[in-house]
Amino acid sequence: MYPARFDYIRPTTIDEVLDALSTREDCKLLAGGHSLLPLMKHRLASPECLIDLQDVPALKGISIDDDEIHVGAFTCHVEVETSAELERVCPLLARTASRIGDPQVRNCGTIGGSLVHADPAADYPAAILLLEAEFVCVGRGGVRRIPARDWFLEMMTTAIQSDEVLTHVCIRRRTIPAGAVYLKWPHPASGLAMVGVAASITLDEERRIQDARLAVTGLAEMPFRAYALEQWLVGAVCDNVPEFPDDGFTGISIIEEALMTASQRLDLCKIMIRKAMMASIADQSPQIVD
Amino acid sequence: MEVNGETVSRDVEPRLLLAHFLRDVLGLTGTHVGCDTSQCGACTVIQNGKAVKSCTRLAVQSAGTRITTIEGLEEGGQLHPIQSAFKNFHALQCGFCTPGMVMAVWQLLQRHPVPTLDQTKHGLEGNICRCTGYVNIFKAVDSLGMSNTRGSETL
Repeated sequence: MYPARFDYIRPTTIDEVLDALSTREDCKLLAGGHSLLPLMKHRLASPECLIDLQDVPALKGISIDDDEIHVGAFTCHVEVETSAELERVCPLLARTASRIGDPQVRNCGTIGGSLVHADPAADYPAAILLLEAEFVCVGRGGVRRIPARDWFLEMMTTAIQSDEVLTHVCIRRRTIPAGAVYLKWPHPASGLAMVGVAASITLDEERRIQDARLAVTGLAEMPFRAYALEQWLVGAVCDNVPEFPDDGFTGISIIEEALMTASQRLDLCKIMIRKAMMASIADQSPQIVD
Repeated sequence: MEVNGETVSRDVEPRLLLAHFLRDVLGLTGTHVGCDTSQCGACTVIQNGKAVKSCTRLAVQSAGTRITTIEGLEEGGQLHPIQSAFKNFHALQCGFCTPGMVMAVWQLLQRHPVPTLDQTKHGLEGNICRCTGYVNIFKAVDSLGMSNTRGSETL
């Protein structure tokens, strides 16, 4: 299979990228290409122009200061996975990256490309929602910082505008919760998340849940924070959490597919949430104090 | 682009996949197109030291890089140690997945010179074999680890 014809350009600055986006018809930004190129090979996408971002240094690199982590949009999954600094200050992100695809995919795929493409079964969205990250989007009109809860709008549709480029994903260090884990039930063939849960649970001295963050990918048309369930869990004894209420999952458009019905997938999700909660409690490490 | 140590330069359409560039333009047919959907890894080559699926790269994307294909592994007519291990442990049957598998093993050994079974399984998740059931592949990799640096010293 091969894509339809297109023009191809390789800018070296954000300015050149924005120029191309505003002057050319029907273009797509190309990062690692491991979401876009498969679509183009199937002719499900046929942009007239590809703007290859690999030579734009401003999009690359991981930088960490006292307040924030900045991950350049063109940072490959393998870099996130193997960054010792990131493992130290935000292990959830590094470990989530390690679950994406396979080694070859991780050598090419990028965090920005993945999060703009917003596949409903991608892995990063669960971690990103739990970490309450922010997306830095640059356009001719200026710079916008979009919080994760406002990023995913519909299936495979995000808040980025067609004349903008995502430059960074930012995480505020003081909002990184302790013991955050990502558990994934992979599709046996594709490896994508049938259900993926990012969880962080904090307990009080009597092992009651003091704070809960739960983010789910794979189950529904969009990844989501299970806010209602998080509220409901506060106060529950962690070793004896009752059955989840039905209204913990209202308004979620569960994807139905060949291996499992929607109802089975919801059951799987509930099981994965419990496992993730237990894993988070087991994983609790002391807060990093600088 | 540098391919197996040689500088090559061609005019190509932007939509030409790296796999097709290697196979059809350069005649290096050791790299195989299996699933063509980024899953099976039969198309795996090494680009700037990293294993990539050449069916999911445009040749123009890889312009300016250093590519090693399966053809680039042998030295002076001698099989590369990974190839020898595959031969000795019968880690191939039909051979279709093998070039990609060998390149993925090359990367695995770069990262883990003496890989555990878990590291081997994890490192080869991007490569599907329909013949061997993987066991002999794991044995071949294990033997390369046991011979310690031999797997990596010539790389």
